[in-house]
Amino acid sequence: MSSAMRPSRPVNVLRWTLITVALVCAVGPVLYGVLLSLRPYSAVLLEPLDIVPGLGEIDLSSYVTAMKDESAGGFGLGRFVLNSLLVALATVAISIVACIFGAYAVARLRYRGRRFTSGIILAVYLFPGIVLAVPKFVILSRLGLSRSLVGLLVIYVAATVPVALYMMRNYFLALPESVEEAALLDGCSLPTMLRRVVLPIALPGVVATAIYVFMIAWNEYFYALLFLVQDRSRWTAPLGLAQLTDFQVPVTVLLAGSIAVTVPVIAIFFLAQRFMVAGLTAGADK
Amino acid sequence: MSTPTRRSSRWERLSRSQRENLNGQLLTGPTLLLIALVVLLPFLLVLVFGFSDTRLIDIPRLSPSTIEWTFDNIVDAWQSDAFWDALWTTVIYATLTTIGSIGVGLLLALALRRPFRGQGIVRALLLIPYVLPVIAAAMIWRTMLNPQYGIVNAIGQEYLGWQSPVGFLSTTSTDVAGLPVPVSLLVVIAFEIWKSFPLAFLFVTARLQNVPGGIEEASALDGASRWQNLRHIILPQLRGVLLLLLLIRFIWSFQNFNDVYLLTEGAGGTQVMAIKVYTELVTRSDIGSAAAYGLLMSLVLCVLLAGYVLLSRRKEAL
Repeated sequence: MSSAMRPSRPVNVLRWTLITVALVCAVGPVLYGVLLSLRPYSAVLLEPLDIVPGLGEIDLSSYVTAMKDESAGGFGLGRFVLNSLLVALATVAISIVACIFGAYAVARLRYRGRRFTSGIILAVYLFPGIVLAVPKFVILSRLGLSRSLVGLLVIYVAATVPVALYMMRNYFLALPESVEEAALLDGCSLPTMLRRVVLPIALPGVVATAIYVFMIAWNEYFYALLFLVQDRSRWTAPLGLAQLTDFQVPVTVLLAGSIAVTVPVIAIFFLAQRFMVAGLTAGADK
Repeated sequence: MSTPTRRSSRWERLSRSQRENLNGQLLTGPTLLLIALVVLLPFLLVLVFGFSDTRLIDIPRLSPSTIEWTFDNIVDAWQSDAFWDALWTTVIYATLTTIGSIGVGLLLALALRRPFRGQGIVRALLLIPYVLPVIAAAMIWRTMLNPQYGIVNAIGQEYLGWQSPVGFLSTTSTDVAGLPVPVSLLVVIAFEIWKSFPLAFLFVTARLQNVPGGIEEASALDGASRWQNLRHIILPQLRGVLLLLLLIRFIWSFQNFNDVYLLTEGAGGTQVMAIKVYTELVTRSDIGSAAAYGLLMSLVLCVLLAGYVLLSRRKEAL
């Protein structure tokens, strides 16, 4: 690069100040939450400014209390997390399988109704979902599903299919078409070709979409609140945590619960990263 | 190859494009059916609820012949102050969070553009607010802003000379130097910017990596200043991605429920449209009114979006 493009000194100072401030803002609150969750409740109340726990002060009991069942003197977050995992994983499975086919068709096949499908999916993706909450609630109550995790699953699959389809369509569009054509000419049927040729190359895209879908289902709060608020045994993790704020629950326990809810997300990102890199390199083979 | 069965021979008699047509329709069929069931059907029902006098208890006996059509719900909503308050709050909320998150994301993407040691780690750390589950983020913010043990009030009282703790999540308006400041609304806006700037940051960073380095270098050699470079070379390249972000962020912020409700439950003047729909439905059990609010909300969004499209078209023409 030419010297004319090197930034001047004040610009550089400004740049680093900006980066530092942004880092403090992005990481600071999370760090604060983690540190507070390790301190005893009384210490937090007495000295709110003293956020770094002393070595002897570190106390993991908030995590235990948060996760344990109510019958064992805890707040039952373990079960809420399990409910959430169940719904989120089922959502990912159903939504992804449904989308692989649909997305491939929209991306590659020339058929009547293709433009219509693309258009309607984009429209649904952008439409204010909250407007449909009222009739969805009514329909599911009529079907007797509005007080169950299955009802929630139906809602989540419906909410994530358009997003997932749209994302995967873009991944499929970026794949080299020649490989697929060669496979089809060699006598592969379309389903076999999808499974043996397209999926292995598109794996990073599929994994990325799956993570996105998982995050939507894992984070979802509104429908859980609308459907399940009266049934404590079926609360999902976000709903459970939010509801606990209304009881007299120590803030350290709430923070411990929040950190616990974050762990699966981080784990998935960590695991998927290696997987996605492997998928990428496998796809790059000549 | 084995001898073709009757089924495959019939399949093979179709031309390639006919086969492709069938395959396409077969593969997208289930998705379209699902969308019809969970999006189009509810949408029709929302119209019915919005334009009829239907209560929750009437639902089991609902049939086309028993519906009493009326404009009452829409008219009532239109004429109530609560609707206009909520709409105004929503527009402010959506506009400020959209501009804020894109502005911050753009600034950081530009600041982090030139490679340096640890660039990857810094980028990854900046994504934390976006990856963090909303519930965890809201819980941490609620703790930080708590009047009794929150760190913000502790710092304010210890070092900044605040007389009394500030109820950040329940103060509709307070006077700062004679000007009314909507504290809670600003807090939920700040929260949303904090939570969503990484998305803009990611989009812009990805686009920046595709800006060819040659043009910039050429313009620099021709004597363009850094500012001119940014203004005339880089920003025009980012136009597309910024417009896209503007659109999707506004649509999402406009209908946001979770992030606001988890922080304030609608207190302190933060009752946005989505929360209004929820309270009409749950607290007041009034599905007609809830549907009317929802419909008006989508109507306003459509009008705003149409205006946006027209404006950007006209600018293009100039």
